[in-house]
Amino acid sequence: MVNNEIPKQKIGFSWLLTMAWRDSRKNRSRLFLFISSIVLGIAALVAIYSFKDNLQRDIDQQAKELTGADLILESRKIIADTILKSIEKLGDDQAQERAFASMVYFIKSGGSRLIQVKALQGKYPFYGSIETQPIAAAKSFQKGRNALVDQTLMLQYNAKVGDSIKIGNLNFEISGKLEKAPGQTGIAASVAPIVYIPLQYLAETGLTQIGSRITYRYYYQFRSAEILESTLKNFEPKFEKEGLSIETVESKKEQTGKSFRDLSRFLALAGFIALLLGCIGVGSAIHVYIQEKLSTIATLRCLGLKAKHAFLIYVTQIAIIGLIGAILGAFLGTLIQFLLPLVLKDFLPVEINMQISWLAIAQGIILGLIISILFALPSLLAVRKISPLNAIRASFENQQIKRDPLKWLVYCLMLVFVFGFTYLQMKSVIQTVAFTLAILIALLLLMLLSKLLLFLVKKFLPETLSYLWRQGFANLYRPNNQTLMLTVAIGLSTTFIGTLFFIQNILVQRVTLSSSANQPNMVMFDIQQSQKEELNKLTQAYNLPLMNQVPIITMRIEEINGKKLGADSSKRNESRGEIRATYQDTLTAAEKITEGVWTNKVASTENAPIYVSLEQTYAKRINVKLKDKILFNVQGMLIPTVVGSIREVNWGSFQTNFRVVFPTGVLEAAPQFFVLMTKVPSKEISAKYQSDVVTKFPNVSMIDLELILKLLDELLSKISFVIKFMAGFSMATGWIVLLSSVLTSKNQRIKESILLRTLGASKKQILIINAVEYFFLGVFATAAGLILALTGSWLLAKFSFDASFSPPLLPIAVLFGTVVSLVVITGVSSTRGILNQPPLKILRNES
Amino acid sequence: MPLETILDIKNVSKIYQSGNHSLTVLKDINFSITKGETVAITGPSGSGKTTLLGLCAGLDQASTGSVTLNGIQLNTLTEDQRAAVRNQNVGFIFQNFQLLPTLTALENVMVPLELRGEKNSKIHAMELLNKVGLADRASHYPVQLSGGEQQRVSLARAFSNKPALLFADEPTGNLDAETSEKIIKLLFDLNKDAGTTLIIVTHDLDLAERTNRIIKIKGGEIITNESIAHGK
Repeated sequence: MVNNEIPKQKIGFSWLLTMAWRDSRKNRSRLFLFISSIVLGIAALVAIYSFKDNLQRDIDQQAKELTGADLILESRKIIADTILKSIEKLGDDQAQERAFASMVYFIKSGGSRLIQVKALQGKYPFYGSIETQPIAAAKSFQKGRNALVDQTLMLQYNAKVGDSIKIGNLNFEISGKLEKAPGQTGIAASVAPIVYIPLQYLAETGLTQIGSRITYRYYYQFRSAEILESTLKNFEPKFEKEGLSIETVESKKEQTGKSFRDLSRFLALAGFIALLLGCIGVGSAIHVYIQEKLSTIATLRCLGLKAKHAFLIYVTQIAIIGLIGAILGAFLGTLIQFLLPLVLKDFLPVEINMQISWLAIAQGIILGLIISILFALPSLLAVRKISPLNAIRASFENQQIKRDPLKWLVYCLMLVFVFGFTYLQMKSVIQTVAFTLAILIALLLLMLLSKLLLFLVKKFLPETLSYLWRQGFANLYRPNNQTLMLTVAIGLSTTFIGTLFFIQNILVQRVTLSSSANQPNMVMFDIQQSQKEELNKLTQAYNLPLMNQVPIITMRIEEINGKKLGADSSKRNESRGEIRATYQDTLTAAEKITEGVWTNKVASTENAPIYVSLEQTYAKRINVKLKDKILFNVQGMLIPTVVGSIREVNWGSFQTNFRVVFPTGVLEAAPQFFVLMTKVPSKEISAKYQSDVVTKFPNVSMIDLELILKLLDELLSKISFVIKFMAGFSMATGWIVLLSSVLTSKNQRIKESILLRTLGASKKQILIINAVEYFFLGVFATAAGLILALTGSWLLAKFSFDASFSPPLLPIAVLFGTVVSLVVITGVSSTRGILNQPPLKILRNES
Repeated sequence: MPLETILDIKNVSKIYQSGNHSLTVLKDINFSITKGETVAITGPSGSGKTTLLGLCAGLDQASTGSVTLNGIQLNTLTEDQRAAVRNQNVGFIFQNFQLLPTLTALENVMVPLELRGEKNSKIHAMELLNKVGLADRASHYPVQLSGGEQQRVSLARAFSNKPALLFADEPTGNLDAETSEKIIKLLFDLNKDAGTTLIIVTHDLDLAERTNRIIKIKGGEIITNESIAHGK
């Protein structure tokens, strides 16, 4: 009698959990090894997230110390008397400052350098302090002709408190060593060291002439928040109209937080790459793990276990191990976060008090859990398709499992996950697409290269090679090989590390190049028209060439196509500021016309149009096209112009470049100052020449390319330390992935090695076979990674940095050698353990 | 009273498709087995014995024909439905024992009971281990047991869910003669006690002759299906 009544099966979650636990026995150390691949990635992210949370909190708490005042008004030009009168009455307490770049001359040592002068009057900062040594100097220096000099500067010129410096025409006594100004970072101090002088002596220095680029700042303290609010409400439109920028504690908080969000985004992405690398490791290791579980799963299916329950047992297992891995990662990350302030100390404007961030820990754990399940899913889904026939027919496992549409869904989910996570960091669709595509292309290329390797080895492996070599090579393509996995893991980490290194190299090389050949290496600016001839004579007296001597005229845009700027708010901010333009009769080597026609001289006819040339990105920013009309206000005089051409400018060249260029015959009579460049052959001449210029022309500022190179080197080494710190996570993860893959493949190799030993192969011969396999794999994967890194860097150099790229051979060789050695050592050392034991013992353990 | 049919195979064929080629492994197989019967399926290597066992036990689906196990027609069922049928009706003994390596002997025996949702699975499993003489090895893992011991655990597991049908695929194929004899004796004793229908796939003619019936297959077809008169 046929009844077809299917027996009901009731399987509870607790039984699945028990089976997951039972099944994991004897495999736990391996499972932990798989999951350890994600531990470092999670650790990196938790550390960065915790750091971000702590930084945000400290910025919030220390925002007043960052600004030093409740309200700061800032202007790049002298403030009109009417406005000045109204702002003089603001706040409960006031201070003011003039800041500008100038030369400082250390009288004792004879050294000079470009610095940032801050002429201060009043009790600024109202919150926090200017940190000096001796402490009292911060308050007392305004009482006389004293200066507070940045500590690195004092160290550089071997100056002591009590020594004298010359700024402009005036000598000041160093009354204190400046350790920290409000809101100043370590990096800012080394790029533009600060010297504080009392404002009352500024005029006497003679540095406030036409052309001087001075920033005027007014600091206010408001004891009542309501009054500050109402003041802002009343005055904001008026201030904006006058081009005054307003900074409050809130806006500073926002701005500082924003700039550090960018930094933490970059760091999080670096950590994410480490995590992705780990994910690939997890995915591949679980694939091999499930293949080894084929017989167990088939037997369970014979005994009546449903496909979905078999699937759930392994999902539970991976989820639990993933959760433990994520918790370990979060714990490690919490420890590492205490290192981050040390790594980033030069970039931080506030003191960081690191505390445990539970939010970051929770984010890390959830991420770890999602990632370990998601990347194990393609292999886990196959569990559903394992036939019970595998239990009675060993050969059945070789049958191809049918294509599973759910796998494609999982691949899509992975892509969505990578995209989504990147978007959360970048907040820009274009950047996210670029990053996701770059990762995807790198992965696909590595996979293709790995397939190519397999094909080539299989097809062209010479029969004449010795057995040991043939066997070693054959290991690359035999069933259950790890070639694809290791090529991707080693290749991707090499690509990442290589690219970081090459980009750093490109940046340094670019600056170094500009210091070579006939390029100028010293630039002088703020030269008054009256000083021009005299300075030329002095320069020639030193036998130095006069290079790229150009006039600079400051102006503002009054109208675009007949519209007052104030009327069109969309482009107001971009074009409202002061413009520094020049006039010239020929284009420089760094300029190329992309649209329109270059006009070198204005036509002599009356009312002839004045065709100006605009730099392309500037034109785009202010939304101006060819033939548009721009009315310039050149220090009170209105000059109508027409956009005659658009230029592409190589800003990387060491020379003065301009957004707006006028033809000759228009601006010659306008108040102007000059820039002069020259090439100084030696350090000695440079020091002597600088000293002479500073003494004779105190208002002229000089930039020494040597100094810029030194600063850039310092800056890059600090940045590269941060990058290397983050790349370290990828390197370590790459190695763990390598180790786990090698150990996974070890299980595949064991039986064969033992069989070979039983057949009489010596320990040495088996080691050689393994060494050949791992050496070739290492060489190929590392080479593939380096090729990708070199291609990526070359593309970045060409299209992003506009620089030439010549690969640094020695570092490439060192990186290549290190990675290959690591692969071979890890691979071979895993085999040694097997070979030291009697074959029978291992066979029995493996059965 | 008519004998109750526990397994009914009608016009069963199995064809494997490989690209454009098709391989017929079983051709038009017909037989039925009554409750409590012991049957041996014999034949040379590659004759289709294991394929036939797979189809009878519901591990695979026939290309044509029907398989009715304990009144349930397997052809129309999904793999998961067949799994439930196996769990309730079928026991297995494998040539290579197929114990789960990460489970102890006791846990291996418990699995079919747990899958049925039985509450006293541990006590029941322990009783069975006791029956096969391995109570003292209950907490040992398969790797710590000899081949004979592993097959005894496998026997205990096969009988644990009180199956209507027990399938044994070369149960002594991996054992020495002495151990084989002990295992076969145990298998027949347990079978007798439980009143289970036993189907053995084997090369071993001595073993086959201990059953009630021998079905001989060759080239995917039944060549003889004869009852054996045991001189009792």
